[in-house]
Amino acid sequence: MSVVALDKQYADKVEIRDRLENFHGNQVVYVHWEDHLMFCAALAFPLPPGMPFGALVKEILPTYYGMHPDFAKIDWSKVRWMIDGIETSPRLEASLQDNGVGHKSIIRFWTPGLDGYKHSRS
Amino acid sequence: MNAPLKLGLKQRYSLLTSGLDWTPSYQPFEKIYPYAEFEGIKIHDWSKWEDPFRLTMDAYWKFQAEKERKLYAVLDSFAQNNGQMNLSDVRYVNALKLFLTGVSPLEYQAHRGFAHVGRHVPGVGPRIAAQMQSLDELRHVQTQVHTLSHYNKFFDGFSEFRHMHDRVWYLSVPKSFFDDARTAGPFEYFIAIGFAFEYVLTNLLFVPFMSGAAYNGDLATVTFGFSAQSDESRHMTLGIEVIKFLLEQDPGNLPIVQKWVDKWFWRGHRVLGLVAMMMDYMLPKKIMSWREAWEIYFTEAGGSLFEDLARYGLKVPKYADVATAEADHLSHQNWATFYQYCHAAGFHTWLPSAEEMDWLSEKYPTTFDKYYRPRFEMWAEMEKEGKRFYNNALPQLCSVCQIPMVYTEHGDHGATSFRVSDYKGEKYHTCSDGCKDIFDGEPEKYSQAWLPVHQIFQGNCGGAGLEDVLKWYKLNLGADNLQQAGSPDQKLWDEWMAAKDKVAG
Repeated sequence: MSVVALDKQYADKVEIRDRLENFHGNQVVYVHWEDHLMFCAALAFPLPPGMPFGALVKEILPTYYGMHPDFAKIDWSKVRWMIDGIETSPRLEASLQDNGVGHKSIIRFWTPGLDGYKHSRS
Repeated sequence: MNAPLKLGLKQRYSLLTSGLDWTPSYQPFEKIYPYAEFEGIKIHDWSKWEDPFRLTMDAYWKFQAEKERKLYAVLDSFAQNNGQMNLSDVRYVNALKLFLTGVSPLEYQAHRGFAHVGRHVPGVGPRIAAQMQSLDELRHVQTQVHTLSHYNKFFDGFSEFRHMHDRVWYLSVPKSFFDDARTAGPFEYFIAIGFAFEYVLTNLLFVPFMSGAAYNGDLATVTFGFSAQSDESRHMTLGIEVIKFLLEQDPGNLPIVQKWVDKWFWRGHRVLGLVAMMMDYMLPKKIMSWREAWEIYFTEAGGSLFEDLARYGLKVPKYADVATAEADHLSHQNWATFYQYCHAAGFHTWLPSAEEMDWLSEKYPTTFDKYYRPRFEMWAEMEKEGKRFYNNALPQLCSVCQIPMVYTEHGDHGATSFRVSDYKGEKYHTCSDGCKDIFDGEPEKYSQAWLPVHQIFQGNCGGAGLEDVLKWYKLNLGADNLQQAGSPDQKLWDEWMAAKDKVAG
């Protein structure tokens, strides 16, 4: 299907506001901790594509998820990762890009044994 | 001398409209009505349009003037008697802030939209009806602004409503809804606003707000609601008339109209999530739950409406069953979102009290205790420890409804619902099958979305820090935002109530 528009050239005039080059060298990356809906949605970050995956885990995740009582209990060796719908084992020293994280990619992770406050998935 | 005969209403209406649909000779038809055909709607005979109102301009002015006189008399007396002091509780005022910033500007958008349709639909009956509706909508935004201006004298969060509507992240939800409708063709606009919103869903917006006002001592808001009500019934009649007319004119119109009904039902349902949250969490005295309102106004009333329309081949909107199932979750998920982001909102939030949680358990027996009570209890514990939870990262937004992606999987409400589409090598995320279908139907349109979170990252919203962005929103830090407890609104209210007690001795 395509757009129904008065202007036959409509599709050629579309201005996509979320193009990678509009983010000053960063790309948008979404992160979501499964079974912890205290955080109402996936979190969005503008990150350099060359940033190591390990920096995301060590610096960003504790800053934004650390207040949850489950966070300190995470066994990182057991975490299951999914990037854009594909289960994967990210290499921590490699960059986001080399781990397959692109512009507007979503990284979801599951922490086995931890399913939120009183097992409520919150 | 013979006095001139006075014309009857019917005769005056026929004089008003007859001859307005002349056949042009200086200009070709398609140049006068450039928007008439591109949507694919076929109309063979505009004269088959039955005008349901037959209202003339002089009668229109007379009715409206009468209503205005009554409304402004009530507003004057409300102001003179300090009606704001008789509210059930100051928390109620936050519902009005949401209404003024989120809903009133839509009345103005509706005014603009109907003015456009009133110019561009090539049938004289609907053209006149659309023009009158356009004037009604302008009157509604004015009466709402005037009514709520009284609250602006005492409470925060009202003064920059117009500026905020264009900028604040959650207000992009209602704003983009109407932008979407107004940038569609005139027939889609008619179905989107006239039918799907005004006919199918409007009772879920107006009745809760107006009954909520009545239950919570806000006579001023009740009165603007009443003043708008007779207009609303005219709008509903127009909405139903339009859909029947389109379906009767050509069998080829059915699939086009069905697609619009599906789309605008889902879009409207998403916007009404704000009302759901208002009913279940923001009203100090509750009227009924969102679930109950949905049963009455959509399941029952909408059910018989679509039964009636079935003879034209029109079906119940796609995903109506999903929306009905979501009614057990919607208000809780939305309130939890505003609780954690109220540092960036133009109204205050709070945790439901123990009594309110019991009410929610009773109204939502299958979902509240399982998913949402624990969440609120956890936050209450954190508050007690002095660690009130604010989410300090920005949320992922849906590319269509623009709401943070907070909704859960149909059938697994502990898991967030993620959908994604690919368009020209870019990823576009949506929150549901309903929103994904809309994106995939017209990716050219939705790929242009101005998503507030991405715009902040691009540096287009005043700066990179939260304070910069809030200043760009004209949000008064420490007054308009944050929790209800400790807010200047709450302080003022407590002073009023203490003074009352003193007088009462």
